[in-house]
Amino acid sequence: MQNTAWQDFNTGVWDKAVDVRDFIQRNYNPYEGDDTFLAGPTERTTNLWNQVLKLYEEEREKGGMIDADTKIATHITAHAPGYIDKELETIVGLQTDKPLKRAMFPYGGLRTAKMALQEYGYEMDPETEEFFHLHRKTHNDGVFDVYTPEMRAARSAHLITGLPDAYSRGRIIGDYRRIALYGIDYLIEDKKKQFDTTMGDMTADLMRDREEIKDQIRSLKELKEMAASYGYDIGRPANDVKEAIQWLYFGYLGAIKEQNGAAMSIGRNSTFLDIYAERDLKNGTYTEEQIQEFVDHFIMKLRMVRFARIQEYNNLFTGDPVWTTESIGGMGTDGRTLVTKTAFRVLHTLTNLGPAPEPNLTVLWSPRMPIGFRRFCAKLSIASSSIQYENDELMRPNSGDDYAIACCVSPMRVGKEMQFFGARSNLAKCLLYAINGGVDEKIKKQVGPKYRPITSEYLDFDEVWEKYDDMMEWLAGVYVNALNIIHYMHDKYAYEKLEMALHDRKVTRWFATGIAGLSVVADSLSAIKFAKVKPIRDENGIAVDFEIEGDFPKYGNDDDRVDNLAALVVSTFMNKIRKHPTYRGSVHTMSLLTITSNVVYGNATGSTPDGRKAGVAFAPGANPMHGRDTHGAISSLASVAKMPWRDSADGISNTFSIVPDALGKSGETFVTLGDLDIDLDPSQLPNSNGNFACNEPNVPIDESK
Amino acid sequence: MNGRIHSVETMGTVDGPGMRMVVFLQGCPMRCAYCHNPDTWDVKGDSQLMSVEDLWQQFERNRQFYSNGGITVSGGEALMQIEFVTELFTYFRERNVHTCLDTSGICFDPHQEVAYRQLLAVTSLVILDIKDIDPEKHQWLTAQPIEPILNFARLTAEVNTPIWVRHVVVPGITDVKERHYRLGFFLGSLNNIQAVDCLPYHVMGVSKYKELGLDYRLEGVPAATKALATDASKTVVEGIKAYRRHWWIPIKTEHSMS
Repeated sequence: MQNTAWQDFNTGVWDKAVDVRDFIQRNYNPYEGDDTFLAGPTERTTNLWNQVLKLYEEEREKGGMIDADTKIATHITAHAPGYIDKELETIVGLQTDKPLKRAMFPYGGLRTAKMALQEYGYEMDPETEEFFHLHRKTHNDGVFDVYTPEMRAARSAHLITGLPDAYSRGRIIGDYRRIALYGIDYLIEDKKKQFDTTMGDMTADLMRDREEIKDQIRSLKELKEMAASYGYDIGRPANDVKEAIQWLYFGYLGAIKEQNGAAMSIGRNSTFLDIYAERDLKNGTYTEEQIQEFVDHFIMKLRMVRFARIQEYNNLFTGDPVWTTESIGGMGTDGRTLVTKTAFRVLHTLTNLGPAPEPNLTVLWSPRMPIGFRRFCAKLSIASSSIQYENDELMRPNSGDDYAIACCVSPMRVGKEMQFFGARSNLAKCLLYAINGGVDEKIKKQVGPKYRPITSEYLDFDEVWEKYDDMMEWLAGVYVNALNIIHYMHDKYAYEKLEMALHDRKVTRWFATGIAGLSVVADSLSAIKFAKVKPIRDENGIAVDFEIEGDFPKYGNDDDRVDNLAALVVSTFMNKIRKHPTYRGSVHTMSLLTITSNVVYGNATGSTPDGRKAGVAFAPGANPMHGRDTHGAISSLASVAKMPWRDSADGISNTFSIVPDALGKSGETFVTLGDLDIDLDPSQLPNSNGNFACNEPNVPIDESK
Repeated sequence: MNGRIHSVETMGTVDGPGMRMVVFLQGCPMRCAYCHNPDTWDVKGDSQLMSVEDLWQQFERNRQFYSNGGITVSGGEALMQIEFVTELFTYFRERNVHTCLDTSGICFDPHQEVAYRQLLAVTSLVILDIKDIDPEKHQWLTAQPIEPILNFARLTAEVNTPIWVRHVVVPGITDVKERHYRLGFFLGSLNNIQAVDCLPYHVMGVSKYKELGLDYRLEGVPAATKALATDASKTVVEGIKAYRRHWWIPIKTEHSMS
């Protein structure tokens, strides 16, 4: 059977052991051309997509949720097959039995699942609720059994926030490609062999390993059963590109039937799928139109992923994101580009189906990618504003050439690395704690340790820094230990069986901490150092506001005086994080990342010494504070680029929007005279080398490379 | 020497080809009714002194961003500080950076032709902003005559420094087809023109007038549509073609071969 599935493929390591990267490297065709080969949407696609748009409308009319399951605690085989329009769909599979109907995920936390239903006017089935109360402890129950009073206080004061202690942590990417390449049966056999290697002294760690592998095998069997209910046998490998997409999607579907993680990314699939597409084109199995149709239908499915979230969660993320991140393009470590025709096809869905925020199409940008692809990206970005870019040049040295982005910035080697998502600690609030001796400026309670507050009339930089250092020391400990509890309990009560079944036996686990409020801290320290800052204290001596005399350098203007302070804060806090042991030997890392939750963090934080007033939003991620970067985007980016990657390797985000008109001339109002169709000897026309801004977006597309 | 700098925009994408560092100089003799930077008019206005070396340092450390672009000097009116601009461009050109001068040309004085030739020799591209081709309308719109501007344009043609011509289309003020055609007819005589860029008038600068306590002469004039600007570009190009059909003498010159 495998002989037909693997026909014409170059063999290597991959056909003897699970190794998808090896398969890709030996079989893919880099594509150096442009977008002219692409096919538009078929009639079926347009018809199907219109049906989905109608469903969206219905969803909106019903207040955001079309329907919800209130009885079944979801798992891979929990629901009967669902369809949008069985006749039209070339790629099938829905999370529940009806499109956009939301499943119930109580394992992360019963109360959260119940509230999510209630907020949309549904009630959890009393029997299900009673069962969980009586018989099934959740992740959330486990965490709160063990949290210390200090952790609870830091949490409710929003000093550490967004912790995945009442919902599923997410950020784990199964290597869904394995299902297509090997088939489930092979993967089960492989896991059984792994199970046999876990013999020895039965320590708690080893027993956990054994139990987890058994759970993984069970989930693979369930997945096969779920696929069978749609009429597919994924026990065997995929025979063509349609099956490869379908097999891979079934894997992802299993994951989102089982987990409602805070980010459910799908990996890096276009180069892999392209190998099948190329083979089918060559053999005449499918045409370009058909292949594009499969891709369009696949992406359509990814646009329909839904989780029932509580309002508070939606506020935190400003909406209802799934972060179905698909990583595209980039360069291989051997110097060949990983851009294939299917990279174009996936992005082309933004044209065939129109723009959409999900799936989160992420181009791993390298200036060494072929110019045809870079132009195509730029063109689509202008037309759709729907592409995310990440720096492949920065990540490849650490993460190789088969990593994918989990959520929005975290690079993971697919199937080899996973992450313990750790949300963020609020370093701006921590600075206020340093000034106020651990008393929270909003709730006026002693949350941090009772260190001596600063009582001087003006803030002295050295004194503030010393106290800030102490307070960060304390915060790092509380933070890391709270995360240890969370991830221990998540493994115990809401383990990602299927996603982990699509990983190697030995995985690297990243312990992904994060900080919020970086630019507020940097500007505050700069104000204290370079201007005069006078705290305004309330009747209890708590600094509730600050008066600034004089000007000071602000982060975001490529000014080392303040940029270095920001970098110092990042490295200092990271080194304090590193002092604490982590659950399962995971590797400490950190992100400067808040795409949207900066609003909520700002809301919970009092006035800061940089002049920011209480409640005002922080800047997102590593961004400068809004309006303080006054020298244009390059200076602003240059400041961000000084943040030390070695101390925030989980990702540094800079949210940046620009209207297309500001990216260069559109070519409508701007006429170059090289194009003049006038009846003259062309050699008489002024020389034009065509190198004008008119047809080009002015993003750095360097043609010389 | 130092220049009086109003501000620096590190990611300029519309003032010349590619991504550019745009230096706005302080001071301008023009009083264009629609100017969106009236804070740059006053020669003694809020500004900072920066040296060529200062600007080079800022440019150089982010040079990778500018690999397809370069530096643009704008204003205010850049040519009010011609010595500084010449020194700046010389310095940048010696370091293989594309230099672009964004100017109205108003300061041009035939007695200073030597200085102007010196500057143009180190200028890769001139963006020349022509407000109105009609002398009277020009005087009304900008409080300055048009002759120096046209003479400056002719000089750029003579020394063959490429130019792009920019023109703002203001509804009811400069959106007159006949004058766009005349503008094109004039531009057709210039052998160094490479592009025409008609911009739709916008009202984003109005608030600055209030802050500065100045009257805004175009109060109530609506923003122009992109379509209006596109039409204007077409008409200007028609004018260029008309001139060339009738007057262009197809004799090969050294200038036209480059």
